[in-house]
Amino acid sequence: MTVPLLTVDHLRIAAVRSGAAVIDDVSFAIERGEFLAVVGESGSGKTAAARAILGLLPPGLRRAGGQIELDGEDLATLSPRRMRTLRGPAVGMVFQEPMVSLNPAISVGAQMAEGLALHERLAKSEIRRRCLDMLARVQIRDPTRTFDAYPHEFSGGMRQRIMLASVMLLKPKLLLADEPTTALDTLTQREVLDLMVELARDHGTSVMLITHNLGLVSRYAQRAVVLQQGRLVETGSVQQILFSPREAYTRQLVEALPRRGVATARRAAGEPLISVRGLKVSFGGRQRLFRHEADVAAVNGVDLDIAAGETVAVVGGSGSGKTTLGRAMLRLIAPAGGEIRFQGRDVTSTHDREFRLASQLVFQDPYSSLDPRMRVGEIVAEPLRHVARLTAAERDRRVAAMLDEVGLAGLAERWPHELSGGQRQRIAIARAIVRHPSFVVADEPVSALDMTIQAQVLKLFGRLQAQYGFACLFISHDLAAVEQVADRVVVMQGGRVVEQGSRDDVFDHPQHDYTKALLAAAPVLDFARPTSVRQLG
Amino acid sequence: MRWHANTVIGGALMTLVLGTALTAAFWTPFDPLRVNLRARLQPPSSLFWLGTDEFGRDVLSRIMAGAGTSVVMALFTVALAVGVGVVVGCVAGYLRGWTDRVIMAVNDALLAFPGILLALAMMIVLGASKSGLVLALGLAYIPSVVRVVRGTVLSIREKEYIEASRVIGNSELYSMVRHVLPNAMSPVAVLATSMFGWVLLAESALSFLGLGVPPPAPTWGNMLAASRPYMETAAWLSIAPGVCIALTLLGINLLGDSLRDRLDPRMAHG
Repeated sequence: MTVPLLTVDHLRIAAVRSGAAVIDDVSFAIERGEFLAVVGESGSGKTAAARAILGLLPPGLRRAGGQIELDGEDLATLSPRRMRTLRGPAVGMVFQEPMVSLNPAISVGAQMAEGLALHERLAKSEIRRRCLDMLARVQIRDPTRTFDAYPHEFSGGMRQRIMLASVMLLKPKLLLADEPTTALDTLTQREVLDLMVELARDHGTSVMLITHNLGLVSRYAQRAVVLQQGRLVETGSVQQILFSPREAYTRQLVEALPRRGVATARRAAGEPLISVRGLKVSFGGRQRLFRHEADVAAVNGVDLDIAAGETVAVVGGSGSGKTTLGRAMLRLIAPAGGEIRFQGRDVTSTHDREFRLASQLVFQDPYSSLDPRMRVGEIVAEPLRHVARLTAAERDRRVAAMLDEVGLAGLAERWPHELSGGQRQRIAIARAIVRHPSFVVADEPVSALDMTIQAQVLKLFGRLQAQYGFACLFISHDLAAVEQVADRVVVMQGGRVVEQGSRDDVFDHPQHDYTKALLAAAPVLDFARPTSVRQLG
Repeated sequence: MRWHANTVIGGALMTLVLGTALTAAFWTPFDPLRVNLRARLQPPSSLFWLGTDEFGRDVLSRIMAGAGTSVVMALFTVALAVGVGVVVGCVAGYLRGWTDRVIMAVNDALLAFPGILLALAMMIVLGASKSGLVLALGLAYIPSVVRVVRGTVLSIREKEYIEASRVIGNSELYSMVRHVLPNAMSPVAVLATSMFGWVLLAESALSFLGLGVPPPAPTWGNMLAASRPYMETAAWLSIAPGVCIALTLLGINLLGDSLRDRLDPRMAHG
């Protein structure tokens, strides 16, 4: 090929104060029209690398060496003024968090028009026309209305499309996409990324996709760069990286991908542990000045049985009601109708102390689910308050044993904020398990974690379940994780169960269209078939 | 543990103030109440280090005696406002619904009056005395504490660790005391330290209007108030209590900041 569009040469980024390298001696190149994936876990420096290309490093970081050459121009020698003219027409960026990357106080149209007005000399009507065209191009249903609307009126997926539209409006030569779909559910993720590929192909834009999801890499990228703690581990074609990785770390990443475990026939005979009939949960509509908006049914008539020791996965996109179902089954949200039975007793509206003590919850976000002012040991010990006749010594012993079991031995005196996300999630799991519950709701327990950490936590969870035999409602939009842990799968859409069955049945012979769509959208790495690498312009 | 400049300076200033107050309980250079009309309005000298006032009383002795009264009163006032405010704010924020609406309606009505006006009205009812002053100022500052606490509690009660506490089987009261309250204390600590300053000033304002601690008992506030007519001829009369109030404020604010950082495990590095 000819001269690459972007060459990053021996790049080094260091912290201003300590001089510690965030990116150390990293080199890679992106060809024109190429789709390059930068793969790495948190702390790998992948975001810092992207920001260095834009010349927008956060205040604490600076470039300590190396070169970044874009289209023959060395970005290091450019004046800030020249750099500004490049941002937009030459390099565009889509951020991870669509909920906060659009200015809530400015209309969508005005935000989109900003770039055009800045970089091109166009009449107002022309700008408007181009914006509307681009909104239509990213499949926004009503471009004219969207143009005058404000960001809060749109869902995460729609906002990410708007973001994409406003970036692509300037036809950049290079698009930096920093985990653009991590915050979105599987179906939306697929739609947004497909769109991004199409737009990039139309405009001949090269894409640098930063992600930790190897499924996405295999589906969209042609080449990949693997980073670990600021160092380049491996670079090569996606085929080679995924199927014959040379480096141990890459192998570890690939192996961390969830795979279908052996189907366990854990189903106990007889009465289910917990059984739900016609469960309804609705959220009151907002009380406006003169009218009461209609109630929204988040869960609308769900039937579900969970046997002792069984793992039932609930899958569905955002807004499918899966989280609400989990909360309602724990009686954290009062149901509007239906019945919940625990060991044959009706616990729907009565305050059943035994049920409360036998059920637990593991949260999605390990950062907000631990009290920042309690030490790790105190957090894990707290559930034991409600265990009768437990001496302080016994309690301490159980806490220590539990911490040992989740691999956090000796950390009892630490504060949560001193630990990593994976460690925090282990604390949350320890807190849930320490009282030996018979029913645990796990609400997206690994989706906030890195791939290798996800694998470890899922494995830990499986081991604890085998050991303590609790039943589990595993809520997730990540089908790969579900495939690994679930005995049965329940698919939810719009508050209803559209399909349920054994894991193998649902994954291998999906009946409902929504299930099929979910499965098709899931970025799973299929080891049986070679990946279909998309050929771009 | 590393010693920050804040902690050292704040601690030193507060030690000085409290030490002075303590010393004054046993010894002052002169009797702070003894009138000596032959030595009226003396400028600072080797005999009267900070000069004398319009009745010939030694300013240094009065500053020392006033330190106890002023600081102790301010402490009690802040304790009262924070104590009641935190409980009421917590109840409003945690229970929400009608409880919250009623409490906040009353609270907002009280907030609508300037604190000093409220205190003034109460002083008229209660009469000028030390305990009256503490009560009046304390009540006047409760609404702002309630506001701050309620807002913080509202945001904290939505955190997942509160939900986790409910799943564990903890009672609402336990969750509130063990999880919500400690996490809501940072803004209260900031508010309490600045309130300390307002109280010292408010006391002088009320004294100025004749509703503070009744003379001849010295407080920094009433000394400042009494010095006004002599500001041009005997500046030391206002400078001495003024500097004392300023230094105490500085001390308590520095100490409050460092205390808040130290109490928060996320901030206490090293």
